[in-house]
Amino acid sequence: MLNRLTLTEVSAQLAQRKVSAREVMQACLDQIHRVDPKIHAFLSVNPEDALAQAEAADKARQPDATATHRPLLGVPIAIKDVLAVKNQPLSCGSKILGRYVSPYDATVIEKLKAAGAVVFGRLNMDEFAMGSSTENSAFIATRNPWDASRIPGGSSGGSAAAVVADECIASLGSDTGGSVRQPAALCGCVGLKPTYGRVSRYGLVAFASSLDQIGPLGKTVKDAALVLEAISGYDVRDATSIQQDVPAYAQTLNGDIKGLKLGLPKEYFVGGIDPEVNQAVRVAIQQLEKLGAELVEISLPHTDYAIATYYIIATAEASANLARFDGIRYGQRVAGADPIALYCQTRGAGFGPEVKRRILLGTYVLSSGYHDAYYLRAQKVRTLIRQDFLKAFEQVDLMVTPTMPTPAFKIGEKVDDPLQMYLSDIFTISCNLAGICGLSLPCGFSQNPKLPIGLQLLGKPLGEGILLNAAQAYEQSTAWHREKPVLG
Amino acid sequence: MEYEAVIGLETHVQLKTKSKMWCGCANEFGAPPNTNVCPVCLGLPGVLPVPNEEALRLTALAGLLLQGDIPRFAKFDRKNYFYPDMPKNYQITQYDQPSTINGQVEFELDGRLTRVRLTRAHLEEDVGKNFHFDRSSGVDFNRAGVPLLEIVSEPDLTSADMAYAYLNALKDILIYGGISDCDMEKGMVRCDVNVSVRPKGQKELGQKIEIKNMNSFSGARKALEYEIPRQIEVLQKGGKLVQETRRWNDVAGITESMRTKEMAHDYRYFPEPDLLPMVPTDAWLAEVRQRVVELPLARKQRFMRQYQLPVADAETFVNDVPLGSYYESIVAQTKSPKSVANWVINNLRAKLTETQTTLADLKFPATAIPELVGLVESGQISSKTAQEVFAETFATGESPAQVVQKKGLLQVSDTGAIEKFCDEAIAANPKSVEDFRAGKGAALNFLKGQVMKLSKGKANPARAGEILEQKLKG
Ligand SMILES: [Zn+2]
Repeated sequence: MLNRLTLTEVSAQLAQRKVSAREVMQACLDQIHRVDPKIHAFLSVNPEDALAQAEAADKARQPDATATHRPLLGVPIAIKDVLAVKNQPLSCGSKILGRYVSPYDATVIEKLKAAGAVVFGRLNMDEFAMGSSTENSAFIATRNPWDASRIPGGSSGGSAAAVVADECIASLGSDTGGSVRQPAALCGCVGLKPTYGRVSRYGLVAFASSLDQIGPLGKTVKDAALVLEAISGYDVRDATSIQQDVPAYAQTLNGDIKGLKLGLPKEYFVGGIDPEVNQAVRVAIQQLEKLGAELVEISLPHTDYAIATYYIIATAEASANLARFDGIRYGQRVAGADPIALYCQTRGAGFGPEVKRRILLGTYVLSSGYHDAYYLRAQKVRTLIRQDFLKAFEQVDLMVTPTMPTPAFKIGEKVDDPLQMYLSDIFTISCNLAGICGLSLPCGFSQNPKLPIGLQLLGKPLGEGILLNAAQAYEQSTAWHREKPVLG
Repeated sequence: MEYEAVIGLETHVQLKTKSKMWCGCANEFGAPPNTNVCPVCLGLPGVLPVPNEEALRLTALAGLLLQGDIPRFAKFDRKNYFYPDMPKNYQITQYDQPSTINGQVEFELDGRLTRVRLTRAHLEEDVGKNFHFDRSSGVDFNRAGVPLLEIVSEPDLTSADMAYAYLNALKDILIYGGISDCDMEKGMVRCDVNVSVRPKGQKELGQKIEIKNMNSFSGARKALEYEIPRQIEVLQKGGKLVQETRRWNDVAGITESMRTKEMAHDYRYFPEPDLLPMVPTDAWLAEVRQRVVELPLARKQRFMRQYQLPVADAETFVNDVPLGSYYESIVAQTKSPKSVANWVINNLRAKLTETQTTLADLKFPATAIPELVGLVESGQISSKTAQEVFAETFATGESPAQVVQKKGLLQVSDTGAIEKFCDEAIAANPKSVEDFRAGKGAALNFLKGQVMKLSKGKANPARAGEILEQKLKG
């Protein structure tokens, strides 16, 4: 049952040579074999390659090495299908890429490999990260490990489900409007969206370039901290990455949050929140207060405009980002009499309905005559939203909110109502618009059925250290992170 | 009714950088198809652009050379359209806040100084190249992502000849400044033309027509020579022109309609989120400013003014920059800048070519040529002797004075000595003396030659002629 361990535990056992990386990897592969036909977290796994990497990690281990020396050495980490891994398929949950195999490694993958991690698997996702349920995958809908009739959240649904179903030790996802935090909340694990620019986006297939960030999902806060530490840092290949040293996030976790000023944005505690979610979050806030945090009510006045702003900016950028999938140089091609016909046929057949909807929306908001009314105005509102946050952060160190207004909904429940689906991101979207960091961690369960509830903490730009420390203080004072779903 | 043309030009030039605009691939012409490519310039999923610093510097430098302004804030934008030669199906360019604004190009047209104002020069990326085969098409992406500077003129041009002169002047400036090699054959320069016509004296502009697909400056001139009369003819016949884009058909020598305004692309520009805006600092700009060179026209005018040189000499020094610079480094030592120019252009340049050496290989000191000119002008050596002296100086590095002394070449200007040679010559050649007295002027030259011979070439020929004439007439 090595696959059930946390990253911190696996790392310690590997360092003490109680187990081998090969054994850990094999345990994960066995679990995938056992449960993934039901969960569908993975689109593909290459067991030989994963085991070979694990064996290489075992060989690379120095006799006197400790876990803190190379904490990720030999640890299986699964990857969302939106990140380029050399010689592995890259489909972004879409048909349009066909049998495309990436010829290069994303920067985060290079970093994980350099840290000795076993980088394996392609995790399911909403097509091109567009969605909140993983139902928009062109291949299959991932199931929530707590209830297979329900969605795991999205778009990094595979990344969250795989961690919670113990099919990997940790995973990487991407978060454009909540795509790491929201599935982490709905599946019951820790998911972190770093500050924009903290982690290089090179090798992350872009959905909305000014909002996208790669983030870790793990079984505990410390696990997430360890992965974040490995993947962060300035990258010459990403002009938007920030030139600032990476702190030793995991080592500085001390559980001490006495005097921490915790903001409660009043706009986030209004109607529309499921009562059990509301109750769980309230209790969690009391717990944080008991741990020494000081609660401060704050205001983020432009919150109401966040969803509209987000869907204009994100779709505008997406309409350009996805233009390269044209069947000319790679991916699936449907022939046409001339280039335009080829584009139309290829994209018509290759993209799913949600992707098409967003490309159309994005094309529309950038069109001459509409550009100023939509795109330009949205950019202005985005600035106001960011200012809301920066102003509030003058008073508080962190903010606390629910991650999702409800627990996981049923598969198919919202597919015909895109607007309802978009509202699932209501608490997570502003974090991306403001470029700050955010984290979701388990804070309870609904009663019947038993489904995880997530607590969201939001931190200042480059405030990941404080964010993780508060999250860990809460986590260690509760038992939610130890709860495991019963998998059939 | 008389009509006039209003012309504006958009000129694209490839910047002279080692690598492409967003990646490390070589910026080089002529490599086998799709060999100078990588995930970034192929637009593979997940890649990001990283700006080429030298391209940013060259853009600012071009702005300075073209007498424009470098805004303290500039950004890149995405221009969206689908075409097989575009890896991302958007081009990264600069839409409303380019890296340079304003400026002008000055040049001579029909002997008059002419000026065309510039709107802007902005940086963008080149696209790939389509090839069509029997049953299929292919794209070579070697060129995709090469840094491209688009220089947009104001509609200040009025004729095909003016457009041609402007393009050549612009090219000279860009080559001079090291911005671009501007090699037409390699497609390093391309231009689009906007042209309209209107009745002379009318203020409002006519319908603007864009012409594309000229692959040389003379092509642009020919296209305008065709298009301007075409537009005038339409109006004269009472017809109407519509705003459209036309294609120059070089083979047929005509322009053909490509698309009208209704079919124009909506490029849906928006700021490139993968790149940060450019905010040049004082230090950065100062560094670029150090690379500013004197422009060809200004250099020519200065050489003519400062050294009183004729046009031909000034042009030689403009076209051969090192030679001109060498000239400037030595000319201060002389009172005869024109003579020094003659020596540098006629003798030094010939010797360099003959020996296949460069100015860097010169053995003699910078003082040599002015010194040589001084020796000639003070009558110490003849200009014929000077040739011999220069050859020796060039070969050995010895100063002209040293050579003259070593070889005993000092010219004899002393009247007494020359008189002696003259008397000898007259005595030895009675026939020539007779001829001269009979009015055959050529005989004097013969006698002068004899004097030179007797003096072993050292007699000052002018003095010798004077003395001979006096003696024969006296
Ligand atoms: Zn390249």
